[in-house]
Amino acid sequence: MITINLNKVDVKVEEGSTILETCKFYSIPIPTLCYHEGLSPGGACRLCIVEVGTPENFKVASSCTYPVREGLVVRTHTKRIIEIRKMLIELLVALCPSSKTIQDLASEYAVTHVRFKPKNKDCVLCGLCVRMCAEQMDAKAIGFVGRGINREITTAFDVKSDVCRTCGACMYICPTCQMRCQGPEPSGVLCNSCLNISYPCVDVHNQVMCYMDPCGACLLKESEEKKKVVSSK
Amino acid sequence: MEFNLNKVDSVIDKHPAKRDALISILQDIQSEYNWLPREAIIEVSKKLNIPLIDVYGVATFFSQFSLKPRGKHIITVCLGTACHVRGGPRILDEFSRRLNIKAGETTEDMQFTLETVNCLGCCAIGPVVVIDGEYYGGMTSRKIDSLLAKHTKVDSNQ
Amino acid sequence: MNKIKNIDELGKIKTEIIKNLSPETPCIIISCGTCGQARGALKIVEAFRDAIKKLETIQELPIQLRITGCHGFCEVEPNIIIEPEGIFYVKLKPEDAEIIIKETIINKKIIDRLLYVDPVTGKKIAYKKDIPFYKYQNQLISGNNSLIDPTKIDDYIAIDGYKGLAKVLTDMSPEDVISEGKKSGLRGRGGAGFPTGLKWEICRASKGETKYVICNADEGDPGAYMDRSLLEGNPHSIIEGIIIGAYAIGAKEGIVYARNEYPLAVKNVGIAIEKAREYGFLGKNIFGTDFSFDIKIVKGAGAFVCGEETALIASIEGKRGEPQQRPPFPAQKGLWGKPTNINNVETWANVPVIINKGADLYSKIGIGRSKGTKIFSLVGKINNTGLVEVPMGIPLREIVYDIGGGIPKGKKFKAVQTGGPSGGCIPAELLDLPVDYDKLTEVGSIMGSGGMIVMDENTCMVDIAKYFLNFLRDESCGKCLSCREGLDRMYEILNDITEGHGTMEQLNLLEELAPVVKEASMCGLGQTASNPVLSTLRYFRDEYEAHIKSKKCPAGVCKALIEYSIDPEKCTGCTACVKACPQEAIIGEKKKPHKINQNECIKCGACKDICKFDAIKVE
Repeated sequence: MITINLNKVDVKVEEGSTILETCKFYSIPIPTLCYHEGLSPGGACRLCIVEVGTPENFKVASSCTYPVREGLVVRTHTKRIIEIRKMLIELLVALCPSSKTIQDLASEYAVTHVRFKPKNKDCVLCGLCVRMCAEQMDAKAIGFVGRGINREITTAFDVKSDVCRTCGACMYICPTCQMRCQGPEPSGVLCNSCLNISYPCVDVHNQVMCYMDPCGACLLKESEEKKKVVSSK
Repeated sequence: MEFNLNKVDSVIDKHPAKRDALISILQDIQSEYNWLPREAIIEVSKKLNIPLIDVYGVATFFSQFSLKPRGKHIITVCLGTACHVRGGPRILDEFSRRLNIKAGETTEDMQFTLETVNCLGCCAIGPVVVIDGEYYGGMTSRKIDSLLAKHTKVDSNQ
Repeated sequence: MNKIKNIDELGKIKTEIIKNLSPETPCIIISCGTCGQARGALKIVEAFRDAIKKLETIQELPIQLRITGCHGFCEVEPNIIIEPEGIFYVKLKPEDAEIIIKETIINKKIIDRLLYVDPVTGKKIAYKKDIPFYKYQNQLISGNNSLIDPTKIDDYIAIDGYKGLAKVLTDMSPEDVISEGKKSGLRGRGGAGFPTGLKWEICRASKGETKYVICNADEGDPGAYMDRSLLEGNPHSIIEGIIIGAYAIGAKEGIVYARNEYPLAVKNVGIAIEKAREYGFLGKNIFGTDFSFDIKIVKGAGAFVCGEETALIASIEGKRGEPQQRPPFPAQKGLWGKPTNINNVETWANVPVIINKGADLYSKIGIGRSKGTKIFSLVGKINNTGLVEVPMGIPLREIVYDIGGGIPKGKKFKAVQTGGPSGGCIPAELLDLPVDYDKLTEVGSIMGSGGMIVMDENTCMVDIAKYFLNFLRDESCGKCLSCREGLDRMYEILNDITEGHGTMEQLNLLEELAPVVKEASMCGLGQTASNPVLSTLRYFRDEYEAHIKSKKCPAGVCKALIEYSIDPEKCTGCTACVKACPQEAIIGEKKKPHKINQNECIKCGACKDICKFDAIKVE
């Protein structure tokens, strides 16, 4: 066991683990998009960045790829780090507004405006599926192709791969395949339904209908009923 | 050039069948065919025992490799910084208009492929254009016609 | 050739070589780097060979021809130096060869029309040493280019080549070499400027039997070509440096990772490695010691990001050139997971000089924490384009005006861009800035590999920032969200601004986004990618605002914001522009002022190029 200083507290950690693993162990919430416990770290989404080093002399690094060492000083939620994460989330929402995972991140980090033109892509190139296919399914059917703005995830020559067993693991792990929750339809690219504790049902029912995290499911039911009424007319 | 699997094999056999030879093998195949035919990539993957997606991923990463057949004459317009400030983009536009293709494309008759490069390191003579390995410095839009004519003429003489 | 076994044998061979060279015989030195070849230097070589053959039948001609790499003065290629006098002839044509031999070599007369004309004074200068371009330089590293034929190892031995290596292997321990390196103050010439001696020390201290040294010759900065010139012109100096470094670190294998766009460099380094093997400078038991080492060449396949160390390693291993997060550093876990030391071409070329001169003497050159000389490629809107080697700390003004001869056509100096896509633009008010690592970083640029692109009043700074972003969003590996998406969004904003529909809100967003890309990205490419934007915003914000608020491009570059028109006062009605216009947008009668139909005009600039009367206005 070695000791690192995590958010001004000295903590013991297993040698060989990463900063992110340490944070998870001590229940410090670090946002991630391209990280999964069963896969090698990607370091691609940059959301898990932290400050490594003293306040006078630090650098920003992705915690999922950074191995701990004795005496390391880490801060996970400084003002600058939160600002950077917010900007990254703004980029993500503009890239792929249909993803529930990304919308949840936006709410968690109170990203309330998106100033970029929406691209409405299906893929954020987190690479989870690529690592899933290679590391867990041992198939290597998909991978990164091209570079820079032309980088994408596909099979060789964009045709069905001989080694693909259509196991669906890539879809299972994909953070953007999970669609937005069926709450009230947002007017712009941002959903923000879960942004705060103002329950969406209060406006309609004049009281809170359930005591779970606000999900907007009640409103969906209502709007469906409305639709039925309209169509029957 | 006619595609021939034996030829690809003989290129591969010149290198050790190891992962680190992959890029040199692809380079040699490209210099043989002027591009990377799909069958050749599949063959490399089989012979070197590297997953096809990895070979394809490498071939699409580096700008030297072309996965589309290229024309008989290759026109490379330098877009390095020095050429840029001296009007390189205008030269590219002009070639593009004359040949009616964009950068990275080949004319329908497979005569010309228009490409760009990010610096050839001969900034003194910018803007620079290379046609079939021959360097032309101090390019202006006026010179384009005669250059294209010159390189098409070489063909008709043969 | 027998292998050279010790320092005495090397000395003997050197004396032999010098005896054969006979320095009194006239020698015509022809600059034949890629630049020179592009301007027909090889035809000049042929012409000289023919002329010598022809004249030899009439009289005896003791003439030597030396075909060398680039002499640095690219502006006046093809050029030659005639030794022993040091006469400098410029912009030669093949037909000049015979005349030069007859007039200058035989009759000892200088040919006036072939001399260099100083653009500042308008005077003709006969000798190389008097030309301001060379006079103010300190060609510690690049100067040897004109002394040697890169394909001849003997030429290099004649100028004390491999003497440093002999000294290191016979007299010095690896620790001595490292401490000499540290004492010299040499810092990496490839970009970040990490102290070289320290880098070696870290790699030497790393555990492991197998270690690698790599020469990073993947010079990708557009507008920088000093590494190409050294590889082409003096490959042995680089090889000698690598061997010395390998000895210090304890590596047995070395790799030169060369850019594929540099065929001549690859060829010359290949020849040099073979020759060095033949002489026993590479291979088993070098100089009869226990030290064995060899080098191979790996060709890159075109990716700017492979200049980054971890990406370069991935590429050598046959993978996509994607950088890895550090730690672990290459010095701990590099090529094939083994400790690896990577230095750039120019850094390696400095090593033999340090050993020969001694670290104390070497560290007297330069300023503060930047020691030695640096080669810059002075390009763009400058009179004397070429490679310039100066001591660190020299004011920028001296490089641009004294050596560079100022801006062509009497235009106004606007900025100089250093450090390539990772660097920034330095404005006119900072012309007296001493050029060293720390000062350049202070003003928002970097030393980088040494590209220096001069810009005049006709260069639009928004367009330059956009140019670099376009370059980077294509050359980024695309792995990090911050770099891939961030750069694309920054480009999108700049594109809006140059197209005339940018807003002030977008400018603020750009200022907010740029530092995020800088801080959140994994590798050096992303971490410096904002510099071109941040530095132009810092010094040329008014130009950005002119594009947004008054929808004007002050430099007359951004197509959407400019208009071509014909000055009726100056137009003679020669109809040259009518024929040049691809859109048939120019109308007018012969010998009467013409007009441009703005609806048809695509702003290609063909008319401006062709007009002899400067009648085309851009506003």
